[in-house]
Amino acid sequence: MIFSRRFTQQLLDLLQFLIILVAAIVILVPIYWIVSGAFKQQVDIFQLKLLFTPTLENFKIIFQDPYHLEEKLLNSTLIAFFTVIIAIPLATMAAYSFSRFRLKGERIMFVTILATQFVPAVVIVLPFFILFRDLGILDTRLALVLVNLSLIMPFAIWMIKGFMDSIPIETEEAAMVDGSSRIQVIINVVVPMALPGVITAAIFCFILAWNEFLFAVIITTNKAVTLPVGLSMFHAEEGVLWHLISAAGIMIMMPMFVLATLIQKHFVQGMTMGAVR
Amino acid sequence: MRDRHLKYLFVLPALFVVTATAIWPLSQSFYLSFREWKLNRARDSKPLWEYQYDGLENIAYLFDNYLYALEDDLLWNSIRVTSIFTVASVLASVGLALGLALLLAPGGKFRLTVRTLLILPFAMSPALIGVSWRFMFQPDFGLFKAFFDVLIPPLADMDWLGDTTLAMVALVGSDVWHWTPYLTLVLIGGLATVPQDAREAAMIDGAGSWRVFMDVTLPSILPVLAVCLVLKTIFSLKMFDQVYMLTNGGPGNSTQTLAHYIYFNGFKYYNMGYASAVSYLLVIPMFGLTWIYMKLVFLKK
Repeated sequence: MIFSRRFTQQLLDLLQFLIILVAAIVILVPIYWIVSGAFKQQVDIFQLKLLFTPTLENFKIIFQDPYHLEEKLLNSTLIAFFTVIIAIPLATMAAYSFSRFRLKGERIMFVTILATQFVPAVVIVLPFFILFRDLGILDTRLALVLVNLSLIMPFAIWMIKGFMDSIPIETEEAAMVDGSSRIQVIINVVVPMALPGVITAAIFCFILAWNEFLFAVIITTNKAVTLPVGLSMFHAEEGVLWHLISAAGIMIMMPMFVLATLIQKHFVQGMTMGAVR
Repeated sequence: MRDRHLKYLFVLPALFVVTATAIWPLSQSFYLSFREWKLNRARDSKPLWEYQYDGLENIAYLFDNYLYALEDDLLWNSIRVTSIFTVASVLASVGLALGLALLLAPGGKFRLTVRTLLILPFAMSPALIGVSWRFMFQPDFGLFKAFFDVLIPPLADMDWLGDTTLAMVALVGSDVWHWTPYLTLVLIGGLATVPQDAREAAMIDGAGSWRVFMDVTLPSILPVLAVCLVLKTIFSLKMFDQVYMLTNGGPGNSTQTLAHYIYFNGFKYYNMGYASAVSYLLVIPMFGLTWIYMKLVFLKK
């Protein structure tokens, strides 16, 4: 060999480092593109200068006439919040039962619930659209919360059951021996111990509901429009208003970056149903 | 209250919600798929509860939607687009993720610093990814133009979203960007379970890195790799958000996936019956994949 083993190894290390560096840049550049666009003036958008005078003007404009992003922000927040608030308690109860008891038809129930997460959203929304139209609740937050539940429930039940499974059953048994009823045990022992897991699941589901697009674009037109759907409103005669889209984009992605980082490890497990520990 | 009543009482509300929000619409779409149901026609715009169900006397027309589907060129086009998109995005994202995971896994050298980054794309709204990639592909002042201006000038003037092939490349690219970091994290988790002593033993026996990978690493991460492949296939088949925001199915119908075609029939042409029939073409392979996925997941337990 021409090169020493040591040298070859160093070369390989350098190569590895470069690949990872490129990967990191590829991940970051589209995010940087949005962030930088949000602080550019419209004239700077059309130029590819690296240096530009940053402005906060865009963040003012998106909250004014005719865009009123604060309405979409409120819609997104309320819809995700109420979806989670309804789903999590029901999912927690079901998860507790699945985790602690043997039920008749347990396996078929559990697998069916989990399988519903793979039903294409566009199939679910067809009948709901007709139903909501008949009930006169198209373009309302309520309608969106209802369809979002189809998306959230399987994930919530799966994640919380996983957390419940990891809580030792002995503490509960000890409390039962001391004469507490099952309900008392659940309130005093199980809920406090499961709380971190339940909150993690709630955050995960909040992210899913916040980013949901297909239901929202079909069911909302005006009053109940969410942030991702609202991205389509930044058009003018001169074309697409990229600087405003970018500013709105920051409002959509930054809160989710914070939440996802908070629950980092579980964020990965949430989607794969714990197939990977 | 006794446990044996309580345990069913606890499952009931969740079961009700899942039935009402997922199983009911699934069966209702199935029913709709045998109907000629157009929202822009007076008869069908009546509320469901006033609708005259005409039973099965029109049995000859029952399969009209499905028969029409057979001859619908645009449907076949969307099936072809969905297939191409799925194969390309699954292979690219899982392949790249495996490579990255091997570099970043325990034993790899530069792991922790980059890992926090990997979580970001998946936390982003796919609709926002679609819009921002459209911005990046903008032919006059987009990022890709700037990039190629400097590096490969002949490529700088490509109109990414105006060309049928390039638009597909762009769509796959945005999806691979969305999924690869996430799948990398999943595979890193899988690699953590590879027995280190078996690897070391193989190294001592003089096996090169490639042999170690093929004989030790790959067999032990195979289940996780399978989970990634099936999961990504399921999500690729359902692809909608970025199609809507990035290419809107175009140019022409060159990037119109099945989900987008269903959306178009249902909510642009208001042809709910036909949209439902087509959607079952998406649901059926999904059943199969979900079954495989469940097998994979519960096999380990």
